[in-house]
Amino acid sequence: MKHGDAPQDDSSTLEGQKKPLYVVNSDGVYTTELSSGWEAEEVVLDLAINQFQHQCQQARLRVEQGKTAPLEYHMYQRRMDITVLAQSTGFFKFQVKRHLQPAIFSKLSVKKLARYQQALGMTSVELQTLPLDEQQP
Amino acid sequence: MTAIEFDHQQTAHCESGAMSALLRHSGLNLSEPMVFGIAGALTFASIPLVKIGGMPMIAYRMPPGRVIKGLASRLGITMKFERFRDNDRGMQALDDHLDQGRPVGLQASVYWLPYFPKDMQFHFNAHNLVAYGRQQSDYLISDPTFEAPVRSNYQALQQARFVKGLLAPKGLIYYPTRIPAEIDLPKAIRRAIRSTTNMMLRTPLPFIGVRGIRSVAERIRAMGNHRQAQQDQNQLVIGHMIRMQEEIGTGGAGFRFIYASFLQEAAGLFDNPKLEGASRKFTDVGDEWRRFALFSAKMLKGRMAFDYAQLADQLTLIAEMEADSYKSLREAI
Repeated sequence: MKHGDAPQDDSSTLEGQKKPLYVVNSDGVYTTELSSGWEAEEVVLDLAINQFQHQCQQARLRVEQGKTAPLEYHMYQRRMDITVLAQSTGFFKFQVKRHLQPAIFSKLSVKKLARYQQALGMTSVELQTLPLDEQQP
Repeated sequence: MTAIEFDHQQTAHCESGAMSALLRHSGLNLSEPMVFGIAGALTFASIPLVKIGGMPMIAYRMPPGRVIKGLASRLGITMKFERFRDNDRGMQALDDHLDQGRPVGLQASVYWLPYFPKDMQFHFNAHNLVAYGRQQSDYLISDPTFEAPVRSNYQALQQARFVKGLLAPKGLIYYPTRIPAEIDLPKAIRRAIRSTTNMMLRTPLPFIGVRGIRSVAERIRAMGNHRQAQQDQNQLVIGHMIRMQEEIGTGGAGFRFIYASFLQEAAGLFDNPKLEGASRKFTDVGDEWRRFALFSAKMLKGRMAFDYAQLADQLTLIAEMEADSYKSLREAI
């Protein structure tokens, strides 16, 4: 890539940050140039974030229908999935899946609940309820 | 309250940047590309069965930690690594270092660092940054991927340093304890280049090196024959690949431009025009990686018809160009 060709697409996702790219100047010498974002990156980032949003919305619906525990909503809201949540709490995946059942979740011991609180960074009240407003993951 | 004079410089890649900054603070000036190149950090690996965050593992650089350890071992630098079981002791140890006037490298999760833009916060636990002081309740941080120094409060930094899971940082603190007075840079560079070319050309595994690029090309070609129900997932996989290539601080083209810059710097050091030629080849191959990202994004956005064969062809071209680049690199040293 040549100096002057670093994309300047003002990505909103960078929140005004700029990132350096390695480019070749007119003398053929490597230097860095700041980029305000590249549309191509924005496209693939949106794809990933939309996926979390979609999962979040689906989970909220299922919580409201009593089909799953609020834990599932919070898991996606924190951009996790069952694997990541299991890894960050130290539970097995089958345990996390079990805990997602409303009847089992509501009877979780304080100790187990605390592991979810720690991993998701929220209080036990927050963990056991749905937030009123939709929160962006 | 402590504040150490620390020269913050923004770099493309966090681990190379943190290492470069720590060494500079100790009096050894090495550019980011030099750190990356000598560590032998360039690679290509794609292991579909290993899933990270639900996506097949794909990497353009060696696993986290390799830059620090690879560079240290090639240059004879002694690094100290401290990990902690207990969060409070890990935070206390950090405070002690800062009180003694020693900036230290930290490993942390991107997700919990408060100064990251929201859209950039993902559960990647092997981000690197340098802590260089405290002010009131804030830690002063030189995060190599940011333009200016940043801050984090105690709570957030603790959460980020002690997340559990894949590549868990366990509160990792690192810093150089001994830097040799004389460093044989040319020897280290030659060894590093040999090790990288060996890995890229001769690894007897189909998912690493140039063979890895070819196998991804074939997997993408095969996606064209998948059922319709599979297409959403396929597109997420391609999007994931582009993110690993461009978004996560690679300096562009999955570290290929950084590597070209390293080769150019080495060419100047050796006065070796062949290395300069190899550097140009890596620039060219980097441009093709960028084109691959651009095509993919256009197809994902629906501005171009989705054509898996075209993406596969582009990757095959890249694989050929990479193979040629590593071969001329071997001849150059």
